[in-house]
Amino acid sequence: MAIVEVRNLVKEFPGGVRAVDGIDLATEEDEYLVLLGPSGCGKTTLLRMIAGLEQQSAGDVLIDGEVVSGLPPRARQVAMVFQSYALYPHKTVLANIVFPLRAARVEKSERDRKARWAADLLGISHLLARKPRQLSGGERQRVALARALVRQPKVFLLDEPLSNLDAKLRASARDELKRFQDEVRTTTVYVTHDQTEAMGLGDRIAVLSQGRVRQVGPPMQVYDDPADTFVATFIGSPPMNLVPRGDVLVGFRPEHLLPSEVAPGGLPVTLKVDRLEYLSGDRHVYGTAIGVGEPTRVVARLPATVEADVAVGEEQPFAVPARRIRYFDAESGVRTQAGSS
Amino acid sequence: MNQQAKYARRHIAARAGLYFGAILAALICAAPFLWSMVTAFKQNRDLYNPENNPFRYNRPATSDHVLYLFDNTSFTTFAWNTLWVGVLVVVITLSLGLPAAYALARLDRPWAGWFGVAIFLVYLVPPSLLFLSLSRLVVGVGLQDSTWSLVLIYPTITIPVSIWLLIGFLKAVPKDIEEQAMVDGFSRLAAFWRAVVPLTFPGIVAVVVFAFTLTASEFIYALAFVSPTTEKVLSTGVPTELVRGDVFFWQSLQAATVLAAIPIAIVFNVFLDRFIAGFTQGAVKG
Amino acid sequence: MADREGTLAWLFLMPSVVYILALVALPFLLAIGYSLSDVTAGDPSFDWVGTRNFQRVFEDPVFWRSLGNTFVFTLISMALIVVLGKVLANILVADFRGKWVVRFLVLLPWTTPVALSSIAWLWMLDSIFSPIDWVLRQLGLIEGNMYWLGEPGLAMASVIAVHVWRLTPLAAVIMVAGLVAIPRDLDEAARVDGAGYWRRMFEVTIPLVLPVAAVAALFGAIFTFTDMAVVDVLTNGGPNNATQVLTSWAFFRGIDGGDVGQGAAIALFLFPLLLAAAIAILRAVRRLEVR
Repeated sequence: MAIVEVRNLVKEFPGGVRAVDGIDLATEEDEYLVLLGPSGCGKTTLLRMIAGLEQQSAGDVLIDGEVVSGLPPRARQVAMVFQSYALYPHKTVLANIVFPLRAARVEKSERDRKARWAADLLGISHLLARKPRQLSGGERQRVALARALVRQPKVFLLDEPLSNLDAKLRASARDELKRFQDEVRTTTVYVTHDQTEAMGLGDRIAVLSQGRVRQVGPPMQVYDDPADTFVATFIGSPPMNLVPRGDVLVGFRPEHLLPSEVAPGGLPVTLKVDRLEYLSGDRHVYGTAIGVGEPTRVVARLPATVEADVAVGEEQPFAVPARRIRYFDAESGVRTQAGSS
Repeated sequence: MNQQAKYARRHIAARAGLYFGAILAALICAAPFLWSMVTAFKQNRDLYNPENNPFRYNRPATSDHVLYLFDNTSFTTFAWNTLWVGVLVVVITLSLGLPAAYALARLDRPWAGWFGVAIFLVYLVPPSLLFLSLSRLVVGVGLQDSTWSLVLIYPTITIPVSIWLLIGFLKAVPKDIEEQAMVDGFSRLAAFWRAVVPLTFPGIVAVVVFAFTLTASEFIYALAFVSPTTEKVLSTGVPTELVRGDVFFWQSLQAATVLAAIPIAIVFNVFLDRFIAGFTQGAVKG
Repeated sequence: MADREGTLAWLFLMPSVVYILALVALPFLLAIGYSLSDVTAGDPSFDWVGTRNFQRVFEDPVFWRSLGNTFVFTLISMALIVVLGKVLANILVADFRGKWVVRFLVLLPWTTPVALSSIAWLWMLDSIFSPIDWVLRQLGLIEGNMYWLGEPGLAMASVIAVHVWRLTPLAAVIMVAGLVAIPRDLDEAARVDGAGYWRRMFEVTIPLVLPVAAVAALFGAIFTFTDMAVVDVLTNGGPNNATQVLTSWAFFRGIDGGDVGQGAAIALFLFPLLLAAAIAILRAVRRLEVR
């Protein structure tokens, strides 16, 4: 049974802005679902409606099979980790962690036991007497997770929990989140605009744009088989190359555009190279693709294992393996089966 | 669904409680003024009959007493005095306070923080402590019984609090902007005048309003320094001149109160949000 | 460059500093001088009399009465102002229709010159024509009149009520500033954590707004402590000095009575108490800065 489900959910803010414009989405049991999209796509609003912090304009939110529309957050048995972590600055770490239990009127010995369990699990037992302002960013995140964990909620809601950490810390914190998830195995909805986080953490990814879901699927599917040009270009770095040809767009990922000697038998592309970048072992080759459709600027990413010579200013034979090519309708951007012409 | 109904009921109860509280608070706060407005238009024979229902007009309303205020009392003189004293005090306050606030907020002296607090503490030295010696000083400079004595003394109240508020507003202006101006070839003084002051303008307006209301409300100095009728301001003139011995001109008094209260309150409400912002910024970063 | 900034800083500060020194520090020292001399309105010559003024003040029962009243008024008003101010602040931060009207009316008591609003109250509490009395009479609760300002106990209660009425809006505005400064996330986190309205209020909002509330309380205390307009207009210290406070008593002796020395001695009594309050404000502000 789906733990969290939203049906035809709409949120219209005063002034007529539709932040969420008819979304249907359901999590599977114990699933890690990532809502991915650019800022302003409605992902945080969707999360806040699930939490009950925002009331929907239309549609329904279901948690554990029951309609919870109109219920305040505390009647929904959800736990949320905020972007800022929202730790109570005047309370110690321990008091922060037991706060949800006190609100639920759990008796004291039980509170302490659960708080200790959560603190152990997250490795913050030595910090219990401190105040939030004495903690580092990573430690705050763990306290926020512990506070979410103690109530043993039906679902975790995480709102960009890594965006307040510096780049170095982010990688290790992401790793910890994954371990945490493996241990507690609870349905989680995770909001982010960072595709690396989404690809690394999610069991499934829902890509959102302008208040609508563009595609839902496992990371590999979203990456390899994008449903439309938005998903194709939002995910992947550098993004998918799109070459117009008649009424379709021919799409292929930069890592699949290779010198023809290493990709024999593929769709031939003549690449007029105008710039080379050397990035941590990979070579990014910028140039104009000729022969696929209209001449278009594309990028090729050559892994370190490809040692073919590529020189700036020359036209060189490249190729894309046929099974790696995706076609999109030029008008709507939606994926089509095969190209005409 | 039962649960939904429960929370829906609670939500409605909470909204009802909020409206009830808001209306009650508004009524209590406005009660004396509402009462004044009812009183101001009553005939004497209606007003001075304890058997009459005081909440309605038992005899036709009359504007005689309100007109009396303008025709036969010095009310307009008081209002005019309050106005020009206030304007002059505001001018003095800004011309002294703005540079001082800038020095404390921006010129990066190590003692600036403590100096700011010290100046704020001056605001807490009340008129009741100083009015005796100040009244001797006022006599000493020959301003006794003149409205000008208030122009001289009121800035001692308004300057400290204005500096405090202005520090907050000035700190909210990004430093880059005046540094850009200085890199572009302006002197520090010119950068202050051309880049910082215009950006602080909303804050300055809030300070003007605040300083003006402070001077309009002041009572002790006005009472101690000035006794001739024509030199008095609203806050002392109305309570002393509209009472002849034991005889109170009640309707006129109430009209005067409302007429003075409303304009100040309107102006203040317009700038309330700014004032709140200034207060927190000054307090947090002072 | 540093040198020029230093000069500029002093140049900018000097006028204000001179003004304040001349018209605050100097009068303050003068007040101390007067309290130790026999200066009167009629005889401005300055003769040293030591602590004689203080002794005479101490022997005067009215002084002790005023001192006691000052404390009673200040403490009771302060407590009520903080509690009601918080309630009012909660109303003012909420969103509802017609909010600007409510805000306008709620702020009237504070923006109106205190002498004038006291007159409005004087009429509300009139010994014969008070509408409150009329309502009570209609309800059959009293016969005749209450004499709000004529009975010592009622007069004190009336003065306190007017102080609270006047200063609660100020305290509310200050606390609104504090409430608005609390990150929204915290309140939302508490909601998701399952806390109801009261738990959120007492465990999250109030602790976080406490430093600002302290500032509001001390403002309220200082304004009540040093005010004389309410007392002067409402009761003129009466009946029989039941509502006399230090400021009004100092004014009565020093200006009306012409005994500058004694008036100054009484007024100076405010200073150590105010200093204590000022230090408390400083601490509250420090705590705000730590956040």
